Amino acid sequence: MEQAQVIHMDHPHTDVKKEIINVTIILSVLTIIELALGFTMMGIENQGTRLAIKGIIVILMLAKAFYIVGYFMHLKHEIRNLIMTIVVPLAIFIWFITAFLYEGNSYKNLKNRYDPYKVERSHTIVEKKESVKEAKKAE
Amino acid sequence: MSTTTATAPTKWWNGGRSPFNVEYGKLMMWYFLMSDAFTFGAFLIAYGTTRFAATSWPDPNKVFASYPLMPEGSHAPLVFVSIMTFILILSSVTMVLAVQAGKEMKKNTVAINLILTIIGGLAFLSCQAWEWTHLHHEGAWWGMNPFMNADGTQSTTGFTNFFFTITGFHGFHVFSGVVINCIMLIMTLTDKFEKRGHYLMIEKAGLYWHFVDLVWVFVFTCFYLI
Repeated sequence: MEQAQVIHMDHPHTDVKKEIINVTIILSVLTIIELALGFTMMGIENQGTRLAIKGIIVILMLAKAFYIVGYFMHLKHEIRNLIMTIVVPLAIFIWFITAFLYEGNSYKNLKNRYDPYKVERSHTIVEKKESVKEAKKAE
Repeated sequence: MSTTTATAPTKWWNGGRSPFNVEYGKLMMWYFLMSDAFTFGAFLIAYGTTRFAATSWPDPNKVFASYPLMPEGSHAPLVFVSIMTFILILSSVTMVLAVQAGKEMKKNTVAINLILTIIGGLAFLSCQAWEWTHLHHEGAWWGMNPFMNADGTQSTTGFTNFFFTITGFHGFHVFSGVVINCIMLIMTLTDKFEKRGHYLMIEKAGLYWHFVDLVWVFVFTCFYLI
Protein backbone atom coordinates (compact mmCIF):
# COMPACT_ATOMS: atom_id res chain seq x y z
CA MET A 1 0.00 0.00 0.00
CA GLU A 2 1.42 3.39 -0.92
CA GLN A 3 1.96 5.68 2.04
CA ALA A 4 1.16 9.35 1.43
CA GLN A 5 4.41 11.30 1.32
CA VAL A 6 5.44 12.65 4.71
CA ILE A 7 8.22 15.20 5.10
CA HIS A 8 10.30 14.32 8.13
CA MET A 9 11.49 17.30 10.11
CA ASP A 10 14.05 16.28 12.73
CA HIS A 11 15.70 18.38 15.38
CA PRO A 12 19.36 17.90 16.32
CA HIS A 13 20.09 14.87 18.53
CA THR A 14 21.39 16.45 21.76
CA ASP A 15 18.59 19.04 21.84
CA VAL A 16 15.95 16.34 22.24
CA LYS A 17 17.46 14.73 25.35
CA LYS A 18 17.82 18.16 26.97
CA GLU A 19 14.24 19.02 26.09
CA ILE A 20 12.94 15.79 27.64
CA ILE A 21 14.86 16.40 30.87
CA ASN A 22 13.73 20.03 31.06
CA VAL A 23 10.08 19.16 30.52
CA THR A 24 10.28 16.38 33.13
CA ILE A 25 11.69 18.83 35.66
CA ILE A 26 9.01 21.41 34.81
CA LEU A 27 6.23 18.83 35.21
CA SER A 28 7.64 17.64 38.54
CA VAL A 29 7.95 21.20 39.86
CA LEU A 30 4.39 22.05 38.76
CA THR A 31 3.08 18.90 40.48
CA ILE A 32 4.97 19.69 43.69
CA ILE A 33 3.59 23.26 43.72
CA GLU A 34 0.06 21.91 43.18
CA LEU A 35 0.46 19.49 46.08
CA ALA A 36 1.94 22.21 48.31
CA LEU A 37 -1.05 24.43 47.52
CA GLY A 38 -3.36 21.51 48.27
CA PHE A 39 -1.72 21.07 51.67
CA THR A 40 -1.89 24.79 52.51
CA MET A 41 -5.55 24.86 51.56
CA MET A 42 -6.31 22.36 54.31
CA GLY A 43 -5.61 24.93 57.00
CA ILE A 44 -7.56 27.76 55.38
CA GLU A 45 -11.22 28.44 56.22
CA ASN A 46 -11.80 31.61 54.19
CA GLN A 47 -13.88 30.58 51.16
CA GLY A 48 -12.50 33.40 49.02
CA THR A 49 -8.89 32.37 49.61
CA ARG A 50 -9.78 28.71 49.02
CA LEU A 51 -11.37 29.59 45.69
CA ALA A 52 -8.31 31.61 44.68
CA ILE A 53 -5.98 28.71 45.51
CA LYS A 54 -8.23 26.31 43.58
CA GLY A 55 -8.02 28.70 40.63
CA ILE A 56 -4.23 28.67 40.76
CA ILE A 57 -4.23 24.85 40.94
CA VAL A 58 -6.42 24.72 37.80
CA ILE A 59 -4.04 27.06 35.96
CA LEU A 60 -1.06 24.90 36.97
CA MET A 61 -2.96 21.83 35.77
CA LEU A 62 -3.51 23.46 32.37
CA ALA A 63 0.19 24.32 32.22
CA LYS A 64 1.02 20.64 32.85
CA ALA A 65 -1.41 19.65 30.10
CA PHE A 66 0.33 22.10 27.74
CA TYR A 67 3.74 20.56 28.45
CA ILE A 68 2.57 16.95 28.19
CA VAL A 69 0.67 17.53 24.93
CA GLY A 70 3.21 19.93 23.42
CA TYR A 71 6.44 18.10 24.18
CA PHE A 72 5.74 14.50 25.21
CA MET A 73 3.08 14.07 22.55
CA HIS A 74 5.19 16.20 20.23
CA LEU A 75 2.30 18.42 19.17
CA LYS A 76 4.35 21.61 19.41
CA HIS A 77 6.60 20.35 16.63
CA GLU A 78 3.78 19.38 14.30
CA ILE A 79 2.43 21.64 11.58
CA ARG A 80 -0.05 24.36 12.45
CA ASN A 81 -3.07 22.61 10.91
CA LEU A 82 -2.69 19.64 13.25
CA ILE A 83 -2.11 21.86 16.28
CA MET A 84 -5.29 23.78 15.49
CA THR A 85 -7.26 20.55 14.98
CA ILE A 86 -6.51 19.68 18.61
CA VAL A 87 -6.48 23.13 20.23
CA VAL A 88 -9.62 24.70 18.73
CA PRO A 89 -12.11 22.00 19.89
CA LEU A 90 -10.50 22.01 23.33
CA ALA A 91 -10.85 25.79 23.54
CA ILE A 92 -14.55 25.37 22.79
CA PHE A 93 -14.58 22.64 25.45
CA ILE A 94 -13.67 25.28 28.02
CA TRP A 95 -17.05 26.87 27.31
CA PHE A 96 -18.69 23.46 27.87
CA ILE A 97 -17.06 23.30 31.32
CA THR A 98 -18.00 26.88 32.24
CA ALA A 99 -21.60 26.48 31.09
CA PHE A 100 -22.20 23.32 33.07
CA LEU A 101 -20.56 24.50 36.27
CA TYR A 102 -22.66 27.67 36.03
CA GLU A 103 -25.71 25.46 35.53
CA GLY A 104 -24.89 23.36 38.57
CA ASN A 105 -24.37 26.43 40.70
CA SER A 106 -27.68 27.92 39.52
CA TYR A 107 -29.45 24.65 40.37
CA LYS A 108 -28.03 24.77 43.88
CA ASN A 109 -29.14 28.39 44.41
CA LEU A 110 -32.67 27.78 43.10
CA LYS A 111 -32.98 24.58 45.12
CA ASN A 112 -31.90 26.31 48.31
CA ARG A 113 -34.36 29.12 47.70
CA TYR A 114 -37.46 27.22 46.61
CA ASP A 115 -37.32 23.61 47.78
CA PRO A 116 -37.97 23.41 51.53
CA TYR A 117 -37.37 19.64 51.69
CA LYS A 118 -33.92 19.97 50.16
CA VAL A 119 -33.11 23.00 52.31
CA GLU A 120 -33.98 21.05 55.46
CA ARG A 121 -32.00 18.02 54.34
CA SER A 122 -28.94 20.07 53.53
CA HIS A 123 -28.97 21.68 56.95
CA THR A 124 -29.58 18.60 59.10
CA ILE A 125 -26.40 17.52 60.80
CA VAL A 126 -26.12 13.73 60.84
CA GLU A 127 -24.30 11.70 63.48
CA LYS A 128 -21.16 10.21 62.00
CA LYS A 129 -21.99 6.63 60.98
CA GLU A 130 -19.79 3.99 62.56
CA SER A 131 -17.45 2.81 59.85
CA VAL A 132 -17.25 -0.90 59.08
CA LYS A 133 -13.79 -1.02 60.71
CA GLU A 134 -14.97 0.60 63.96
CA ALA A 135 -17.97 -1.72 64.11
CA LYS A 136 -15.70 -4.73 63.76
CA LYS A 137 -13.35 -3.40 66.47
CA ALA A 138 -16.23 -3.05 68.89
CA GLU A 139 -17.11 -6.74 68.54
CA MET B 1 15.50 40.06 -12.67
CA SER B 2 13.11 37.27 -11.83
CA THR B 3 10.29 37.79 -9.34
CA THR B 4 9.39 34.10 -9.34
CA THR B 5 12.39 32.89 -7.32
CA ALA B 6 10.45 33.03 -4.01
CA THR B 7 9.57 29.50 -2.76
CA ALA B 8 5.89 28.73 -3.29
CA PRO B 9 4.07 27.86 0.00
CA THR B 10 3.59 24.10 0.49
CA LYS B 11 0.35 22.88 -1.06
CA TRP B 12 -0.91 20.55 1.64
CA TRP B 13 -4.29 19.64 0.18
CA ASN B 14 -3.46 18.95 -3.46
CA GLY B 15 -3.04 15.21 -2.97
CA GLY B 16 -0.08 12.87 -2.99
CA ARG B 17 0.90 13.78 0.55
CA SER B 18 -0.49 13.71 4.07
CA PRO B 19 -2.19 17.10 4.63
CA PHE B 20 -1.09 17.20 8.25
CA ASN B 21 2.40 15.90 7.45
CA VAL B 22 1.95 12.86 9.69
CA GLU B 23 1.34 9.27 8.75
CA TYR B 24 -2.27 8.11 8.59
CA GLY B 25 -2.11 5.96 11.73
CA LYS B 26 -0.74 8.80 13.83
CA LEU B 27 -3.46 11.20 12.69
CA MET B 28 -6.12 8.62 13.43
CA MET B 29 -4.64 8.10 16.89
CA TRP B 30 -4.92 11.87 17.51
CA TYR B 31 -8.57 11.79 16.40
CA PHE B 32 -9.27 8.84 18.69
CA LEU B 33 -7.59 10.65 21.60
CA MET B 34 -9.79 13.68 20.96
CA SER B 35 -12.90 11.51 21.16
CA ASP B 36 -11.62 9.89 24.35
CA ALA B 37 -10.83 13.33 25.76
CA PHE B 38 -14.43 14.32 25.18
CA THR B 39 -15.66 11.16 26.92
CA PHE B 40 -13.50 11.76 29.99
CA GLY B 41 -14.36 15.44 29.80
CA ALA B 42 -18.06 14.64 29.82
CA PHE B 43 -17.62 12.42 32.90
CA LEU B 44 -15.62 15.07 34.73
CA ILE B 45 -18.06 17.82 33.79
CA ALA B 46 -20.93 15.69 35.09
CA TYR B 47 -18.96 15.33 38.33
CA GLY B 48 -18.30 19.07 38.46
CA THR B 49 -21.94 19.94 37.81
CA THR B 50 -23.14 17.57 40.52
CA ARG B 51 -20.61 18.97 42.98
CA PHE B 52 -21.55 22.57 42.17
CA ALA B 53 -25.24 21.65 42.56
CA ALA B 54 -24.61 20.23 46.04
CA THR B 55 -24.65 22.45 49.12
CA SER B 56 -21.87 20.39 50.66
CA TRP B 57 -19.60 17.49 49.68
CA PRO B 58 -17.26 15.09 51.52
CA ASP B 59 -13.83 16.57 52.21
CA PRO B 60 -11.32 14.66 50.04
CA ASN B 61 -8.61 15.26 52.66
CA LYS B 62 -10.68 13.25 55.18
CA VAL B 63 -11.73 10.52 52.76
CA PHE B 64 -8.45 9.88 50.94
CA ALA B 65 -5.95 9.94 53.78
CA SER B 66 -4.29 6.55 53.86
CA TYR B 67 -1.47 4.62 52.29
CA PRO B 68 -0.35 0.99 52.48
CA LEU B 69 1.25 -0.14 55.77
CA MET B 70 0.19 3.10 57.44
CA PRO B 71 0.31 3.10 61.26
CA GLU B 72 -3.09 2.73 62.92
CA GLY B 73 -4.92 6.00 63.52
CA SER B 74 -2.71 8.23 61.39
CA HIS B 75 -4.02 10.57 58.74
CA ALA B 76 -2.00 11.41 55.64
CA PRO B 77 -3.98 13.21 52.93
CA LEU B 78 -2.53 13.57 49.44
CA VAL B 79 0.49 11.34 50.12
CA PHE B 80 -0.60 8.21 48.29
CA VAL B 81 -2.09 10.03 45.33
CA SER B 82 1.12 12.08 44.92
CA ILE B 83 3.09 8.85 44.66
CA MET B 84 0.65 7.57 42.03
CA THR B 85 0.97 10.81 40.05
CA PHE B 86 4.76 10.71 40.04
CA ILE B 87 4.75 7.04 39.00
CA LEU B 88 2.62 7.89 35.98
CA ILE B 89 4.65 10.98 35.05
CA LEU B 90 7.90 8.98 35.21
CA SER B 91 6.38 6.20 33.11
CA SER B 92 5.50 8.90 30.56
CA VAL B 93 9.13 10.04 30.56
CA THR B 94 10.40 6.50 29.91
CA MET B 95 7.85 6.27 27.08
CA VAL B 96 9.22 9.47 25.53
CA LEU B 97 12.71 7.98 25.78
CA ALA B 98 11.45 4.80 24.09
CA VAL B 99 9.96 6.79 21.21
CA GLN B 100 13.16 8.81 20.86
CA ALA B 101 15.28 5.64 20.83
CA GLY B 102 12.93 4.31 18.14
CA LYS B 103 13.67 7.33 15.96
CA GLU B 104 17.37 6.53 16.37
CA MET B 105 16.69 2.84 15.53
CA LYS B 106 18.22 1.68 18.83
CA LYS B 107 16.29 -1.54 19.48
CA ASN B 108 17.72 -2.33 22.94
CA THR B 109 17.10 1.16 24.34
CA VAL B 110 13.52 0.99 23.04
CA ALA B 111 13.01 -2.37 24.76
CA ILE B 112 14.45 -1.22 28.09
CA ASN B 113 12.35 1.93 28.18
CA LEU B 114 9.21 0.01 27.20
CA ILE B 115 9.85 -2.40 30.08
CA LEU B 116 10.24 0.52 32.50
CA THR B 117 7.00 2.06 31.19
CA ILE B 118 5.16 -1.24 31.65
CA ILE B 119 6.48 -1.54 35.21
CA GLY B 120 5.31 2.03 35.91
CA GLY B 121 1.86 1.21 34.55
CA LEU B 122 1.59 -1.93 36.65
CA ALA B 123 2.76 -0.04 39.75
CA PHE B 124 0.06 2.57 39.16
CA LEU B 125 -2.61 -0.09 38.72
CA SER B 126 -1.50 -1.79 41.95
CA CYS B 127 -1.75 1.50 43.82
CA GLN B 128 -5.21 2.15 42.41
CA ALA B 129 -6.29 -1.39 43.33
CA TRP B 130 -5.08 -0.80 46.90
CA GLU B 131 -6.94 2.52 47.09
CA TRP B 132 -10.17 0.87 45.88
CA THR B 133 -9.83 -2.07 48.29
CA HIS B 134 -9.10 0.25 51.20
CA LEU B 135 -12.12 2.44 50.45
CA HIS B 136 -14.32 -0.61 49.99
CA HIS B 137 -13.26 -1.91 53.40
CA GLU B 138 -14.45 1.40 54.84
CA GLY B 139 -17.85 0.74 53.29
CA ALA B 140 -17.60 2.65 50.01
CA TRP B 141 -18.81 1.25 46.68
CA TRP B 142 -21.21 2.10 43.86
CA GLY B 143 -24.40 2.91 45.73
CA MET B 144 -22.72 2.97 49.16
CA ASN B 145 -21.22 6.09 50.70
CA PRO B 146 -20.11 5.92 54.34
CA PHE B 147 -18.65 9.44 54.34
CA MET B 148 -20.35 12.58 55.62
CA ASN B 149 -20.31 15.95 53.93
CA ALA B 150 -17.75 18.48 55.12
CA ASP B 151 -20.45 20.42 56.99
CA GLY B 152 -21.76 17.31 58.77
CA THR B 153 -24.87 16.72 56.65
CA GLN B 154 -25.91 13.50 54.93
CA SER B 155 -23.94 12.91 51.74
CA THR B 156 -25.08 11.31 48.48
CA THR B 157 -23.94 8.10 46.85
CA GLY B 158 -23.03 10.35 43.93
CA PHE B 159 -19.69 10.90 45.62
CA THR B 160 -18.63 7.26 45.52
CA ASN B 161 -20.42 6.58 42.21
CA PHE B 162 -18.42 9.27 40.45
CA PHE B 163 -15.17 8.32 42.15
CA PHE B 164 -15.30 4.63 41.27
CA THR B 165 -16.70 5.17 37.77
CA ILE B 166 -14.17 7.79 36.69
CA THR B 167 -11.09 6.29 38.34
CA GLY B 168 -12.27 2.88 37.10
CA PHE B 169 -12.64 4.09 33.53
CA HIS B 170 -9.20 5.69 33.77
CA GLY B 171 -7.72 2.53 35.33
CA PHE B 172 -9.17 0.54 32.44
CA HIS B 173 -7.31 2.86 30.07
CA VAL B 174 -4.06 2.35 32.01
CA PHE B 175 -4.61 -1.41 31.82
CA SER B 176 -5.22 -1.37 28.08
CA GLY B 177 -2.18 0.89 27.72
CA VAL B 178 -0.04 -1.64 29.57
CA VAL B 179 -1.36 -4.40 27.27
CA ILE B 180 -0.57 -2.32 24.19
CA ASN B 181 2.91 -1.57 25.54
CA CYS B 182 3.49 -5.31 26.14
CA ILE B 183 2.55 -5.99 22.52
CA MET B 184 4.92 -3.20 21.44
CA LEU B 185 7.68 -4.80 23.52
CA ILE B 186 7.14 -8.20 21.91
CA MET B 187 7.12 -6.63 18.45
CA THR B 188 10.34 -4.77 19.26
CA LEU B 189 12.12 -7.86 20.58
CA THR B 190 11.05 -9.98 17.58
CA ASP B 191 12.63 -7.40 15.23
CA LYS B 192 9.32 -6.49 13.62
CA PHE B 193 10.23 -2.78 13.62
CA GLU B 194 13.80 -3.40 12.51
CA LYS B 195 12.37 -5.22 9.47
CA ARG B 196 9.93 -2.37 8.77
CA GLY B 197 12.72 0.17 9.06
CA HIS B 198 10.83 2.45 11.43
CA TYR B 199 9.43 2.52 14.95
CA LEU B 200 6.35 4.64 14.13
CA MET B 201 4.06 2.16 15.91
CA ILE B 202 5.86 2.95 19.19
CA GLU B 203 5.13 6.63 18.59
CA LYS B 204 1.41 5.90 18.32
CA ALA B 205 1.47 3.76 21.48
CA GLY B 206 3.36 6.64 23.08
CA LEU B 207 0.58 9.09 22.20
CA TYR B 208 -1.95 6.79 23.88
CA TRP B 209 0.19 6.42 27.00
CA HIS B 210 0.72 10.19 27.34
CA PHE B 211 -3.02 10.69 26.96
CA VAL B 212 -3.57 8.27 29.86
CA ASP B 213 -1.11 10.28 31.97
CA LEU B 214 -2.80 13.53 30.96
CA VAL B 215 -6.23 12.26 31.98
CA TRP B 216 -4.82 11.27 35.38
CA VAL B 217 -3.53 14.85 35.84
CA PHE B 218 -7.12 16.07 35.39
CA VAL B 219 -8.79 13.31 37.42
CA PHE B 220 -6.41 13.64 40.38
CA THR B 221 -6.79 17.43 40.43
CA CYS B 222 -10.61 17.28 40.29
CA PHE B 223 -11.08 14.55 42.90
CA TYR B 224 -8.25 15.11 45.35
CA LEU B 225 -7.12 18.72 45.08
CA ILE B 226 -10.00 21.07 44.32
